[in-house]
Amino acid sequence: MSDYQYDNQTVKGFIVSSIFWGVVGILIGLWISIQMWKPELNIAPFFTFGRLRAVHTNGLAFGLGVGAIFGITYYILMRLCKRPLIFPKLARFHLYLFNAAIALAALSLFAGMNQSLEYAELEWPLDIGVVILWVIFAINVFGTIIKRKEEQMYISLWFIIATVIAVAVLYIVNNLSIPATLTKSYHLFAGVNSANVEWWYGHNAVGFVFTTPILAMFYYFLPKSTGLPIFSHRLSIIAFWSLVFAYLWTGAHHLVYTPLPDWIQTLAIAFTIFLIAPSWGSVVNGYYTVGQDWDKMRTNYLTKFFILGITFYGLQTVQGPTQGLRVVSQLIHYTDWVPGHVHMGTMGWVTMTVAASIYYIIPKIYNTEIYSEKVANTHFWLVLIGQLIFSITMWITGIQQGALQKAVNPDGSLAYSMIEIIAKNYPYWQMRTLGGVIFTIGMLFFIYNIYMTVRKGKALAAPRA
Amino acid sequence: MAGEIYRKPIMFAIVAAVVILIGTAVTMFFPMLTPEMHPKLEGLKPYTALQLAGKDIYQREGCHYCHTQTVRPLKTEVMRYGEYSKAGEFAYDRPFLWGSKRTGPDLARIGGKYPDAWHYRHFENPRAFFAQSNMPSYAFMKNSMLDGEEIAAHMRANNFPYTPEDINALNGKTEMDALVAYMQVIGTSVKKEMPVKVAEVEVKNPLAGKPEAIAEGKKLFAGNCAICHSADGKGGIGPSLVDDEFLYVKGDLADDDYFEIINNGTKEGMVEEGRTAKGGMPPFGAQMDKNKIWSLVAYIRSIQGK
Repeated sequence: MSDYQYDNQTVKGFIVSSIFWGVVGILIGLWISIQMWKPELNIAPFFTFGRLRAVHTNGLAFGLGVGAIFGITYYILMRLCKRPLIFPKLARFHLYLFNAAIALAALSLFAGMNQSLEYAELEWPLDIGVVILWVIFAINVFGTIIKRKEEQMYISLWFIIATVIAVAVLYIVNNLSIPATLTKSYHLFAGVNSANVEWWYGHNAVGFVFTTPILAMFYYFLPKSTGLPIFSHRLSIIAFWSLVFAYLWTGAHHLVYTPLPDWIQTLAIAFTIFLIAPSWGSVVNGYYTVGQDWDKMRTNYLTKFFILGITFYGLQTVQGPTQGLRVVSQLIHYTDWVPGHVHMGTMGWVTMTVAASIYYIIPKIYNTEIYSEKVANTHFWLVLIGQLIFSITMWITGIQQGALQKAVNPDGSLAYSMIEIIAKNYPYWQMRTLGGVIFTIGMLFFIYNIYMTVRKGKALAAPRA
Repeated sequence: MAGEIYRKPIMFAIVAAVVILIGTAVTMFFPMLTPEMHPKLEGLKPYTALQLAGKDIYQREGCHYCHTQTVRPLKTEVMRYGEYSKAGEFAYDRPFLWGSKRTGPDLARIGGKYPDAWHYRHFENPRAFFAQSNMPSYAFMKNSMLDGEEIAAHMRANNFPYTPEDINALNGKTEMDALVAYMQVIGTSVKKEMPVKVAEVEVKNPLAGKPEAIAEGKKLFAGNCAICHSADGKGGIGPSLVDDEFLYVKGDLADDDYFEIINNGTKEGMVEEGRTAKGGMPPFGAQMDKNKIWSLVAYIRSIQGK
């Protein structure tokens, strides 16, 4: 028997909250995907595409993503440090404040309070709230690690530490602004400089929200679920340090061919190509870990979530650098290819890994088994198919958009007007909605499975009559 | 020993922070200290109160999610939109509004491309102009009034000069007025080049009276011209094409003048055969080859009964 109590309540609270915000974000995602081909679904002023898109991205990145990261990180932290959180009450307050902040964030975005910085849309009072949330998180992470009862810090803890540091720097710097009123501010940085700061932030928000904390989960839950040790500790050391070093140089690959100085663009492109190596360090490590016993793919239902997740991470981190190249960027930048790329990462890698981690955690917390592996398998195939339909149709239509915008007649005049190009997108946009619906149904299977597992666990725990 | 670091969290955090901050310092902090990140074109003016109000609305409505404001230095892009974007155009944009996705067209050179009336009608109902457009309708802005005091606070935060009269002048103005004013100033600090003229144009339309040309012209007219000149050519936002005036003076012009105006558009003060244009017609030369323009002329002649 252990002589200490893990704070499972807060972990559960964050998981349930993140699932709730995930549902909100996904449903709004479906709505805006339909708005693309059915503009009548824009209900001005609060529910037009321009406002809902921000609710969708923020709801999922901060509500689902960061919520799950908080909860699952706390779970991992307590196990790897072999002790409860250093400030459990603060963690509980963290949970309440998190939900209040996300709710206010959603309302403010519906109301059009938007800094116009992608993934940093929230206005300054909410930014202060986010910083407070992050400080509380950092206190608990560092406090618990410092007072840990296990000497060696496992790989996941490295990624968690890097996340805490990098996100703090990124978020604070990019959100520096000049407040005009309580609901409106102007970026401290202007023009070209503002663009450089924003995409330094924007790309690394992906790096340190959608990559490092998710890798922390991957390195922890893959061995836990399969019982197989991580293949190479040395490889994970190399992958970690080169990843956190290289990421921060790459933001300007979002600004290829813009008026940003060329040398910053070129440097960013070069580091982006380099970034394939550390990303694939983790991919290879994942493959070789399961490669110790491929039978696990069949016998352990979680293994395929992790392996497909890391596969999409691998594809994502090759596709991304390819897109950064000038020759590719000039064709597909500003087209629907890019949402196709982003959603492979979020729907394929992040959601797959987070869902598998939750599948692992919930039965453990409730001292039971998962309600149904069959339901989990259905969930797996539906989200996989939904995401593939989404990404592949967007890649096709993205290339088409790029090519038609460049197409010329024999005499050199432009072959297509913009409205003709837009009209050609409709079948693909409808197809994307179909992919989204399939993905959503998959997520409903996931939620049902978690709900039933919790119910089962509660029934077991109830005192017998 | 290097392995020690994995047992010392504070040391680990410090090393990690340094490693993370190197790229940040080189690509983000360092450039900020150099003048190349703070360029400003000579002709660039701070936004007026009305324009800033419009820009605020542009941000509020998330226009930047579907419209970019940066023309890349690529041949077809310059043909489609105009002069490529310069670093010094954006000194008053906090933040930059270049965007990342072109669901609709780029807007970096929208200023002055269409007359105000075009924008009012288009914001109210984009599908009245382009049946296949997926842009939301923003009719509600016609009835939302501006709040002068709030805009004054926004002007102060930006350090833009304004007078109390400027703020008073906002009385009675709608959000739509502000948004149109913003549209008309975007990208205007860069001189617009006229599209390259076709080197040799026949004086007489070589396709005049040809049925296939008239049929082709009819299609082109419906898709490109009817928006402003109405389906029957009797005018709307733009002047009538079937009356006996041309550029506000009685009397017709020759085929090659028609060609030139369709090819180049009109700018305020532009003089064509001694007649002064009021401006507001966008150029079509980049998206229509010679045959298409001559077909259009043939069609216009046919509805004129000539």
